[in-house]
Amino acid sequence: MTYSLAGRLQTRILIFGVLGGAWTAVITPILPTRLPLGASFRMTFSVLLLTIVLGVFWELGYHLLQQFRWDKDWPTMFSLLAGVPEGLLVWLLLETDSWFWDVPVTPRGFWLLFISLWLVVWIVLSGPIRVLLVRRRWRGGRLFG
Amino acid sequence: MSPAGPAARAGDLTQALIDRDVWSEELLGQADIPIVDSPLVSVGGGLGSFTLIDHLRICGVPTGSLRVLTPLTTPWESFAYLTRVSQVAARDRLRSDSSSCPDNIWGFPSYALREAIAADSVRGFLAPLWKVMTEPVFSEHVTPRLSQVIDALAREHFRIRYPEMVVGGQVRMIRRRADGGYFTILTTAETSTAARRIAFRSGYVHLAVGYAGLKFLPDLQIYRETARNASRVVNAYEPHEHVYDQLRRRPGTVMVRGSGIVASRVLQRLIDERNNHGLQTRVVHIFGDYVAHSHGPRFMRRHGGDGFGYQAFDEPKAVWGGQLRDRARETEGRERVEFYDSLGASSTPYRKQWQAKLGTARQEGWYSTVVGRVEALDPGADDLISARVQTGDSVLLAEASFVIDCTGLESDIGEQRILADLLQHSGARRNPLGRLDVEPSFEVRETRSGKGRLYASGAATHGGYVPGVDTFLGLQIAALEIADDLAEQGFCRKLGPLRSIQQWLRWATNTVI
Repeated sequence: MTYSLAGRLQTRILIFGVLGGAWTAVITPILPTRLPLGASFRMTFSVLLLTIVLGVFWELGYHLLQQFRWDKDWPTMFSLLAGVPEGLLVWLLLETDSWFWDVPVTPRGFWLLFISLWLVVWIVLSGPIRVLLVRRRWRGGRLFG
Repeated sequence: MSPAGPAARAGDLTQALIDRDVWSEELLGQADIPIVDSPLVSVGGGLGSFTLIDHLRICGVPTGSLRVLTPLTTPWESFAYLTRVSQVAARDRLRSDSSSCPDNIWGFPSYALREAIAADSVRGFLAPLWKVMTEPVFSEHVTPRLSQVIDALAREHFRIRYPEMVVGGQVRMIRRRADGGYFTILTTAETSTAARRIAFRSGYVHLAVGYAGLKFLPDLQIYRETARNASRVVNAYEPHEHVYDQLRRRPGTVMVRGSGIVASRVLQRLIDERNNHGLQTRVVHIFGDYVAHSHGPRFMRRHGGDGFGYQAFDEPKAVWGGQLRDRARETEGRERVEFYDSLGASSTPYRKQWQAKLGTARQEGWYSTVVGRVEALDPGADDLISARVQTGDSVLLAEASFVIDCTGLESDIGEQRILADLLQHSGARRNPLGRLDVEPSFEVRETRSGKGRLYASGAATHGGYVPGVDTFLGLQIAALEIADDLAEQGFCRKLGPLRSIQQWLRWATNTVI
């Protein structure tokens, strides 16, 4: 994908927000979080929110790295592997006491949610999104502007 | 010409028509040229026409509203010819991204995915998927085979009922109509019983006439015009099998000019011929600009080595829909020229197979490079060609049996008849790089006629707001921009998410539309 900065940010906020939100809502009731349903939802949507908010900053970094590439592209492998540091950061923030937001979090629930969320978004962005939003690939990933 | 020949057929251009910039029905009536109505005509009939017609059919335009005026029998005829003569066999892989699919406006499923689905083994299924997932860092880009693209084009052209929209013949000119819209003059086939010329009256015209023509390097041109053994100097984009045939019969030296993808393909053919037939061919490769290593400023640095600039595709990928396209969109005049210059000169993809073959050739001493400017070619003894090459401070003499020009120089658009007429009579002008000046919507500037609009896509529009216009992706970008512009004027529906999904499902099930 050949992202523009605006395309990256819009993708992070809107695609993760809408598609990621739908996925999180569907998967939360069946996630083995060992928490009450209400607490499960609190955990999963906190993960999603953090992935989006922190993601905005990650995207700035990715865009800077992209400038070193002649093709000004972002190989699909990079998008997939970015899930590793991003997932670890969200986990550390939620799991350690450093985070001011007190959210109950269980490892199995967290990782199953995060990995599935990341894969669903990655797969959709790798191809099917082009059927829904036919102009997106010509506009650096932007949905607007 | 016999009395029954073309001259005797009714309806030919008159001097009055040729001279006037704007035509009326009356003027055509005086010339006995019949008028045929079609809301939109696409002139050219190659892949440029095909991609626009594909988009418009998907946007719901009926076949009756579209006509393609062309001498070609299929939309891929010119493309197949050019790839074949420039040494791409049906099984060979093109230099084209996996999701760059001229038969599928969405680019999904990509050719890699389709190759995986069509595979008859687990390995065959996984290999393209693994490659496309890890490209271009851990593996080379997945590129489709020529045969895969042509088969897919054939399927799509039947699906959208493309043949029903084709009218055979050669377009002579397009002129504005006094009451708005355009007249497009089609010269019908000599054998036809129809009038010699037919005028297509349309509100919209789309022009996709391809490359204006081949152009030789000046020294090669002079040699071709003056020397006795002119067939020994060939352009890689013209049929030149005789070079390989003669090398099989008699050993010789081939001088290769240019360092782009076609030079790579020609070198591969020469090397394969040598290996497969035990020949003694020697190759002298002349580089005008020798790329010794990666070059350019930090944020615009391209890989290079052994004389070649390395790049996966015709342009850096982001020109088709990333930050480089955004940047191109903001340039005008001199800045545009500088931007295009920054994208770099000729390049070829870095393919391990080619690297290995050239490495062996270098080691064995039958492939050598010369860096310099060829000043002149002279006929030498024993049918050899002698080249005077200016290298630094000295002049080097090199002899060869054949010269293959792979520089891919194109003729000026003024040498293409329809474009020349447009520049002369319809207000069209040149962009900063000398080609046809188009809006971001690909409407040809200054040619509007009443409510009518004239669009162009492909090579003729190189130098505009979108670089890489003469590629699959470039043609698709142009097609979508034109379709959107037409939708704004009510000619067709705009392709929104729901229609897009519905139409994609029809594509996936190969449903005729």
